[in-house]
Amino acid sequence: MNHPAESAFLIESEPYYEAVGDEVALFEAAYHSRIPVLLKGPTGCGKTRFMEYMAWRLKRPLITVSCHDDLSAADLVGRYLITASETVWMDGPLARAVRCGGICYLDEVVEARKDTTVVIHPLADDRRILPMEKRGEVLRAPPEFVLALSYNPGYQSVLKELKPSTRQRFVAIEFDYPAAALEEKIVRAETGIGAEDAGKLVHLAGLTRNLKHNGLDEGASTRLLVHAGKLIARGIAPRIACQGAIAQALTDEPEMLAALNELISAVF
Amino acid sequence: MSSSAPFSEAALEAAQLGPLLEEFLPASTWHDASGEKLLAQLALLTRAQQEFVLHWGPVLARNSATMAYGMARQANAAFACMATDDIERWLARAMDAYDKAGLSAAFAVLNHPARFAEERRSAATRLHLDEALGVLELFACGLAGRQFQIAEGDCAHSDSATFFLPASLEHYPRKEDNFLLYKGMVAHLWAQVRFGTFAGAWFERLEAYPDPERALAWLNVLEAERLEIRLRKIFGGLMRDLDTLDGGARPALPGGFAEQLAAPGAGVAVSLALLDAALAHEPPPLRPYVGELRPALVRLAMQTRIPQEKAALVKALGKWLDEIQPRREDAPQPEIRAGIAAEAEERAALDIVVTLDGKPVAPPEKVRELLGSIALDLGEIPPEYLVPAGPGASAPEAGKTQKNQDAASAADAYTYPEWDYERRNYRKQWCMLRERALAPKGDDFVRRTLARYHGKIYQLKRAFEMLRGEERTLKRQQNGDDVDFDALVEAYADLRCGRELSEHVFSRRLKVERNMALMLMVDMSGSTKGWINDVERESLVLLCEALEQLGDRYAIYGFSGMTRLNCEVYPIKEFAEPYGDTVRRRIEAVTPRDYTRMGAAIRHLSWRLNQVDARVRLLITLSDGKPDDFHDQYRGTYGIEDTRMALLEAKRAGIHPYCITIDKEGPQYLPHMYGAVNYALIDDVKRLPLKIADIYRKLTT
Repeated sequence: MNHPAESAFLIESEPYYEAVGDEVALFEAAYHSRIPVLLKGPTGCGKTRFMEYMAWRLKRPLITVSCHDDLSAADLVGRYLITASETVWMDGPLARAVRCGGICYLDEVVEARKDTTVVIHPLADDRRILPMEKRGEVLRAPPEFVLALSYNPGYQSVLKELKPSTRQRFVAIEFDYPAAALEEKIVRAETGIGAEDAGKLVHLAGLTRNLKHNGLDEGASTRLLVHAGKLIARGIAPRIACQGAIAQALTDEPEMLAALNELISAVF
Repeated sequence: MSSSAPFSEAALEAAQLGPLLEEFLPASTWHDASGEKLLAQLALLTRAQQEFVLHWGPVLARNSATMAYGMARQANAAFACMATDDIERWLARAMDAYDKAGLSAAFAVLNHPARFAEERRSAATRLHLDEALGVLELFACGLAGRQFQIAEGDCAHSDSATFFLPASLEHYPRKEDNFLLYKGMVAHLWAQVRFGTFAGAWFERLEAYPDPERALAWLNVLEAERLEIRLRKIFGGLMRDLDTLDGGARPALPGGFAEQLAAPGAGVAVSLALLDAALAHEPPPLRPYVGELRPALVRLAMQTRIPQEKAALVKALGKWLDEIQPRREDAPQPEIRAGIAAEAEERAALDIVVTLDGKPVAPPEKVRELLGSIALDLGEIPPEYLVPAGPGASAPEAGKTQKNQDAASAADAYTYPEWDYERRNYRKQWCMLRERALAPKGDDFVRRTLARYHGKIYQLKRAFEMLRGEERTLKRQQNGDDVDFDALVEAYADLRCGRELSEHVFSRRLKVERNMALMLMVDMSGSTKGWINDVERESLVLLCEALEQLGDRYAIYGFSGMTRLNCEVYPIKEFAEPYGDTVRRRIEAVTPRDYTRMGAAIRHLSWRLNQVDARVRLLITLSDGKPDDFHDQYRGTYGIEDTRMALLEAKRAGIHPYCITIDKEGPQYLPHMYGAVNYALIDDVKRLPLKIADIYRKLTT
């Protein structure tokens, strides 16, 4: 099977990223010390964008795996595929990242099946190896390889917790929504809307975040603000844009939806 | 209507009506001429209308015979102006009023059928607070700063923690516009708190004016103007919407006032300074969304809240510092400073900056909330508030739970409605239910049970182990962990024959997960006294032992109580709790208590169960008989119907209820009460412990 060329995973141009704290320095230090990294934070606050930015900065290929509840160890390591006349081994994304010394980013890792930790653990301590049981092979990670996980502690479900034995192998970097002024700057840079609309979007986001734990699992993320901003930039009326991009994205519950729409029409 | 009498039948004569009415009307009715008059009136109704009166009369009489009389007296007037379904609503309103505030409140409704009819007619325009409450509460929560409550009041005003709003609005001809008016009221009341109308302790100062009422009215006008300017900045959309309703005309103020109130950073002090000059003029009328100022209420709320929050902050700060790093007694206290960020004016949220030893830090949510609330009351965070409690103050205080229990206040109670089958309606907020801790007991019961059932437990564990999620291999998958060689051989054979190579040549291991949560509610009523209680406790022990093998999440609660205001449930094992010594000792402490008001317990535990994330939720009730309560109509049909309704509600909420009962008389009422759900009747009580585990096994496979 043809692997996509490693160069396809290289990020060519600088992704837009605004540092909130010292996360860039922290990541670089961990990278050079060969310690894996755990990114914690709510959805849409910029974890994935940060990874893209770091991959670009460190000039390493970035291989992202969005974890889902059916993702197993084989999906990460690799499996045999069958062609017309033979069985062929196909590296999984994790093995590929180890071979090419890239950054393997497992997004929302708690969603994956528990057996994935079996392959993560030996890679995440000082052994830095990936045993490939089916091939009887052990891959040694080159110094450039780094493993990064992301994880949203906000769901508060016992089922979706990282085990201590996993989380204690990582340097954790905490992400949160940026402070208002910075968030406004990000929304403007990503969407091209004016300062007034961007300010109102950020203001609205603050109001929805107050509803967290009062019927909403999460308030509006920076990503949703960017979506709404893009619609506004295309000439959609702000109230309509926010209803579609923010309220409907946050909930299906009619009463909450009505309340969100009231907040939107209060601000815009 | 329950009556199946054909409506074409001739109306009943007064003489025929008499004996029928006597059954439920108060005897005093017949002492004078009023009885005769009533009969004559009712004789004028059609037969169907008379049947209606005869049906609802006894229902009302169960609350109060006087109410039934009141209804009968107004029946002709009611039929003259309403259709039957509206009359039923009118009666439901009267009964609700009776439940809430007694007979005089009920008569305030009953005596005015025409008024109710008028209200029904205006229903298209009138918006009741009940209808808008859910959305308004969430709206207020979004504005935040503090957890605001919304309650009914005579006009829009606030005590700085609760927003009181009129029970209904008919200010505009359209319902949507009336909603908007409610929203404007909430925003205005919120702005009073947010922009410091109540900060600065002006309450006494106002009383020094020769006409304090007039001064208060003027202050309200000035503050309304000041807050409107603020609101226009942060909620431009809302103010625009409100302007379209009333044309946006603002009260005319004496020259120069508006500019001073609009100045950046202007607080309540500016309004107070302008007050003297303003009093020379008549206060102008306010915009419809502006309510009243009630300083006495605010003062009362602040007097209790401020010290409470100060104490809570001291504790929360101590706990936070303990979490950051262990502190030593002799070490100097770290210096905490907090202030409101300057640019906060432009935003709904107060931006509070906290520094620890000079470095900016992000305090935990609890601390942030308290700081926010304190800043709203005082306009700043005084340094003396920022003294953390000493090291170790966060250790749980012994006896605290006990204290909470003794204070049987409404604050720790959950309220639930109850189904009244006669009214065909819920009694709103009828039952008060509290969760009470069981004091663990150590009487060796569990150990004895384990010893006694030693062999059985071994069997049970084996049986349950077999239920545990097994790994299955799915064959012939499009993708998977491994190659399915059988499928592969076939596929190659096919290929050689010139057919297409199948893609289904992988095998995949699948773990069948038991994603299940069980809530077991155990009858702790007085009637279980004696061996039933022993058997119940044995059942709990055996079930726990078996469930531990399975790894299913489960919780066990006892329930009992006396009267609707004292329903109780007793957590024996909560979902998150492991099955250990504490739980065992609580099982030992399961003792017979009072009565069995099952409906409230089912509603509460269904709610608890629904908070658990599981694919299958199972609610098993274990009881020894009919629902019953002390000196109350709950005994009999009423209780059975309410229990049945509570079970139906649980079912509608996606729970699988299952009832186990050991009542010998069961067969008479069980099919009806549990008919909608499943149930088991256990006649040989000694077998209950094994039976219950058996039932669970059958239910979940």
